[in-house]
Amino acid sequence: MKTFKTGGIHPPESKFTENTPVELMPVPKELAISLNQHLGKPAKPVVKAGSEVKKGELIGEADGFISANVHASTSGKVKSVKPHPHPGGHYAMTVFITPDGQDEWAEGLNTDPVDWHGFSKEDIIGKIKNAGIVGMGGAGFPTNVKLAPPPDKKIDTIILNGAECEPFLTADHRLMLESPEEIVEGLNIITSLFGGEARAYIGIESNKKDAIETLTSHASSKGIEVVSLKTKYPQGAEKQLINAITGRTIEPGELPFDKGCLVQNIATAVAVYEAVCKNKPLVDRVVTVSGLEIGKPKNIRALVGTSFRDISLFCGNLKESTNQIISGGPMMGKAVYTLDVPIIKTTSGMLFINNVGIEKARERTCIRCGKCVDVCPQGLAPWLLANVAQLREFDEIQLLGLANCTECGSCTYVCPSKRELVHWIKYAKALVNNRQKRKSA
Amino acid sequence: MESVNLKVSNAPFVRSKDSIESVMYNVALALAPATVMSVYLFGMRALVLTVVCILSCIAFEWLMDKARNKPNSCLDGSALVTGLLLALNVPANLPLWMVVTGSFIAIVATKHVFGGLGYNVFNPALVARVFLLISFPAAMTSWPMPAPFSFDMMVDMETGASPLGILKTDGVQAALASLSLMDGFYGTMTGSLGETSALALLAGAVWLWYKKYITMYIPLTIMGSVFLFTGLFHLIDPGTYASPAFHMVTGGLILGAFFMATDMVTSPLSIRGQLLFGLGCGLLTAVIRLWGGYPEGISFAILIMNSFVPLIDRWDLNDRKAENKKKPEKP
Repeated sequence: MKTFKTGGIHPPESKFTENTPVELMPVPKELAISLNQHLGKPAKPVVKAGSEVKKGELIGEADGFISANVHASTSGKVKSVKPHPHPGGHYAMTVFITPDGQDEWAEGLNTDPVDWHGFSKEDIIGKIKNAGIVGMGGAGFPTNVKLAPPPDKKIDTIILNGAECEPFLTADHRLMLESPEEIVEGLNIITSLFGGEARAYIGIESNKKDAIETLTSHASSKGIEVVSLKTKYPQGAEKQLINAITGRTIEPGELPFDKGCLVQNIATAVAVYEAVCKNKPLVDRVVTVSGLEIGKPKNIRALVGTSFRDISLFCGNLKESTNQIISGGPMMGKAVYTLDVPIIKTTSGMLFINNVGIEKARERTCIRCGKCVDVCPQGLAPWLLANVAQLREFDEIQLLGLANCTECGSCTYVCPSKRELVHWIKYAKALVNNRQKRKSA
Repeated sequence: MESVNLKVSNAPFVRSKDSIESVMYNVALALAPATVMSVYLFGMRALVLTVVCILSCIAFEWLMDKARNKPNSCLDGSALVTGLLLALNVPANLPLWMVVTGSFIAIVATKHVFGGLGYNVFNPALVARVFLLISFPAAMTSWPMPAPFSFDMMVDMETGASPLGILKTDGVQAALASLSLMDGFYGTMTGSLGETSALALLAGAVWLWYKKYITMYIPLTIMGSVFLFTGLFHLIDPGTYASPAFHMVTGGLILGAFFMATDMVTSPLSIRGQLLFGLGCGLLTAVIRLWGGYPEGISFAILIMNSFVPLIDRWDLNDRKAENKKKPEKP
């Protein structure tokens, strides 16, 4: 069993929904499809209020190199295009669609699967770009860009990330059990882009034994190695996963392709398969709806743009004791402030919780126990970064390795003084970025 | 559903159950065997002294929180641990007003004037002990003889010198004649409340280590360096210098190494820093014991090394900075 070398924690797994098959959620009464579902520039709207759209029709066009297309998740009429709350906490331009109930695909989309072996590399990347696929693990980096690294970077290792190390989340786990063929085909398509030498791996945490078995039986004949990983957070973080599987270390300032590695999420692999073989744009995804405050925790396949409100109603409604709703996992997710927020391509989970600590939580002084240093997977000294951030010493903090922090939150999890360590680090990062922007402007 | 009042806070939304309280109460629990042992050895007076010491520490903590307009921290366990450690570091017959004076020095003059928990440079209980030792040398060095199960208040108790005191004044032969090594291990010898029983202290320390509240880098380097240093001189001249085993079980070495030097706030964070800190404590202890004016040196040694902790931590800090300086800028 493999694992990353430095740090790590093991929070309670709380995977309530690991044995719950994915349920298809019906089309809701209204969809709010954000044009900002990816890293980079938001897409430009290409529809207006009143336009009739079919399912899968382009409604937002990629604006620039790092951006992604956005498609209508169902057929219907565009009600309006206006700013709307986004799960990231800000407002984003959003296309509202009133579904016509037909859920009818546009011409030539979602066809019967075809064999992809005849397609050229450019064809495949073009299809992925057109389908608007982004990294579905959370970061939302446009997949077509990630799959076309600079020509001088030789990729020899391709890793599919099935670690799903965040507590509660089981979306990737269910996908691995229910769609192993699609995952393997998607991985084969990705691997084919890098010639014959690239080795393909699927990394899965050891708490998902059934997924390891299922994928091993489907993948081993295709030259793919399924790697069992120790159940330890953040095993599924890109740098940690590469370290666990290949032993390589991504140094500060480097990207995975500098070390010949490429990491893709399980759900992204399925989306790649569907885009290339079925001509299906990314309009839905599997979401884990969990937490102690939701009536029926479920894994659901929901259309992009479905509001948190509709999903909570579909999952047995939330209890009155709910005081926080998290978009994503409990370690790296974000708290949303309204149920109007829609899910986007990167929403892997939705948690309804009663966070009792939040009312009385108070940051106390550091007692220098050193736990944050022990658990930091990047080998940083989080207590020191947080102290320096509070002092606003931004030159100093960069020298202490600010940019190496992956914001996994392990330090904040273990801190006995309940200091908001990762929050202060994020705060410093934001201010350092702003300062650099101002300097270059 | 519309009545739901959503709150936004920072990730992560799950936190471990560890808290300052859990750390402190676990340290106190680890000291329980030594405390029970002290009551067994030195009677009710030991219990009264411990209770007075803890309560006065908590009271001073409460007063200082009020004075500094800070949230109430008197029950966070840190004052309890300071009080308990101070009690275990004084003779059982120490007048109670001196005990309260010690609590004042620990909580007010060592902890809160520096900013309270987490900001003190020196270990509060140790500063208080050294203060009492220098201010009231006679009271702090007339040790009651252990009298198991004598639950009177020991008003006219029999007193004697500590084994290390005998070693200093009367030489090796007299010191060795005063106790067997097993006395030192079980604790049936003169000394401060909690320092005499190696067995009880080690049981607590192993438990703390097992629960990962302390690491063994500091205690083991202290014990190891004292052993090697005193052992070296014992080999050179056994007539003048006592054996390392004698040094291991006498005085406050075990209490200091496992419970005082490992105080999180006043010890280095990195492993190599902890090794250096332990080595410094061990060597200074041995030097003071062998040639110093005082028979026991662990308190002074730890306090001297406490003052080096910011410097030792800077070693680590500078290395981190140097590492990031040579790395390429982020594209």
